[in-house]
Amino acid sequence: MLEVDAINSFYGQSQVLFDMSLTVNDGEVVTLMGRNGMGKTTTIRSIMGLTPARRGTIRFKNKEITAQSPYRIARLGIGLVPEGRLISPNLSVEENLIATANSGPAGTGRWDIAAVWNMFPKLRERKNSMGNQISGGEQQMLAIARALMTNPELLLLDEATEGLAPLIRQEIWYCLRNLKEEGQSILVIDKNMQALTDIADRHYIIEKGSVVWEGTSRMLLKDDAVKHQYLGI
Amino acid sequence: MNWLLLLEQILNGFQLGLLLFLLAAGLTLVFGIMDMVNLAHGSLYMMGAYFCATFTGWTGSFLIGALLTLPAVFLLGVVVEMVALRTLYARDHLDQVMATFGLILFFNEATRLIWGPIGLVIPLPEFLNQTVEIIPGAPYPAFRLAIILVGFLVAGLLYLIVSRTKLGMLIRAGASNRDMIGALGINIRLLFTLVFGLGAALAGLAGLMAGPILSVEIGMGESILILTLVVIVIGGIGSIKGAFIAAILIGLIDTVGRSFLPELLDLVLPSQTAATAAPAISSMMIYLLMALVLAIKPQGLFPPKGVGR
Repeated sequence: MLEVDAINSFYGQSQVLFDMSLTVNDGEVVTLMGRNGMGKTTTIRSIMGLTPARRGTIRFKNKEITAQSPYRIARLGIGLVPEGRLISPNLSVEENLIATANSGPAGTGRWDIAAVWNMFPKLRERKNSMGNQISGGEQQMLAIARALMTNPELLLLDEATEGLAPLIRQEIWYCLRNLKEEGQSILVIDKNMQALTDIADRHYIIEKGSVVWEGTSRMLLKDDAVKHQYLGI
Repeated sequence: MNWLLLLEQILNGFQLGLLLFLLAAGLTLVFGIMDMVNLAHGSLYMMGAYFCATFTGWTGSFLIGALLTLPAVFLLGVVVEMVALRTLYARDHLDQVMATFGLILFFNEATRLIWGPIGLVIPLPEFLNQTVEIIPGAPYPAFRLAIILVGFLVAGLLYLIVSRTKLGMLIRAGASNRDMIGALGINIRLLFTLVFGLGAALAGLAGLMAGPILSVEIGMGESILILTLVVIVIGGIGSIKGAFIAAILIGLIDTVGRSFLPELLDLVLPSQTAATAAPAISSMMIYLLMALVLAIKPQGLFPPKGVGR
């Protein structure tokens, strides 16, 4: 579904990604792990076209998207849940969902407002609250729901549970597990290795802008050296 | 005090206020959403008046002329945005001021080349060119009444668009969250172009309605631009509601003040002093109001919700 092939990305003069490569297959949940500042968010931003890669190629559904504008990439079927959530503070919860909703690249997506209320009953209770009046956990749910409302074939989650209380985290993981069971492809960044190995199929660990380890959950759980060296666990 | 005159002046105040609102709405949207200072907004107002004068001449009907003017100014706005302004969003405000001031000069000279240095007249049809007695004993020009009516209608329509439609949500979201809206599949460039075109059409509407009562001449956009800037600063930059309330306030204070301040001053000052002070004070009043509002609420009366700037 998604093939990132040896991309190099920069912020101004400084290079962040060095021949970064990864793939996400249909229906797979894949994680990006690594310490802060290693290029996880930049990878997501490059896929999305927000920080376009200067070298290398990114293909989505066998179509090159490397230098496309973000809105075109989004319309091809990639939904972004950004770091920091970026909920519109001056729109209500419901408006945040409706404003950018669309029925997906094929026009047959299953996510509409009713399906979202069903998955996140808490958001329904707060539907008339402004985006800046809800809790961090609710904002994270809203950011996920907002991305789902674009009916993406691939969901990108940058920091799925950062800064949230343990109970809220569990809710987010529960919701991601549900999405996986429905066949949703997901690329997720998070630090919570326990939950990630539980949900995800494969993992990439990145260090200084390129992949230093990749493998399945089982391989990762067994490999204490890798966990210690790159994740500090 | 003459109550009929006061009522008439209040109506005049609303009429000026609503014209200001049509201008301010476009300017405040462009400033609030795109963070773009556009001094050339007054030029679009002028072009509205010139287009309407021309189209009215061609078709012989003010109404058809007006209906042709709106899409024409919309298109002009779209072209100006795509050719000149699009590259300025990322620049700082001073660059934007310089460039759009250049546009004012460009539009004034282009107008001189095309229409000549002498102003134009927009002839009104019979049914607008009469007076009606909505208040018994005080005949009031039908056209000014029509301006008030159209102004309220457009204000209501704008309110519905901004608060109820998906376009309105995107306009509000775009102000705080430009990149994010783009990453969710919205073509921000197209959205900005449309919003700019909409603002241009509103300015054109104000121009074509002001044309018959003021005069259609080169430079007519500059004086009203200053008033419009005062309106959006008082109302809170980016807020349509603020622009509406501030525009009506400015319209009323300016109009009613100019006609009644001399009488009021006459009560407290020697008549000689009052006669000289009144015109000076009345032309300062709206700026005094602006200074007062800014001293109490630096963000304006209605800073847009959630925009923590």
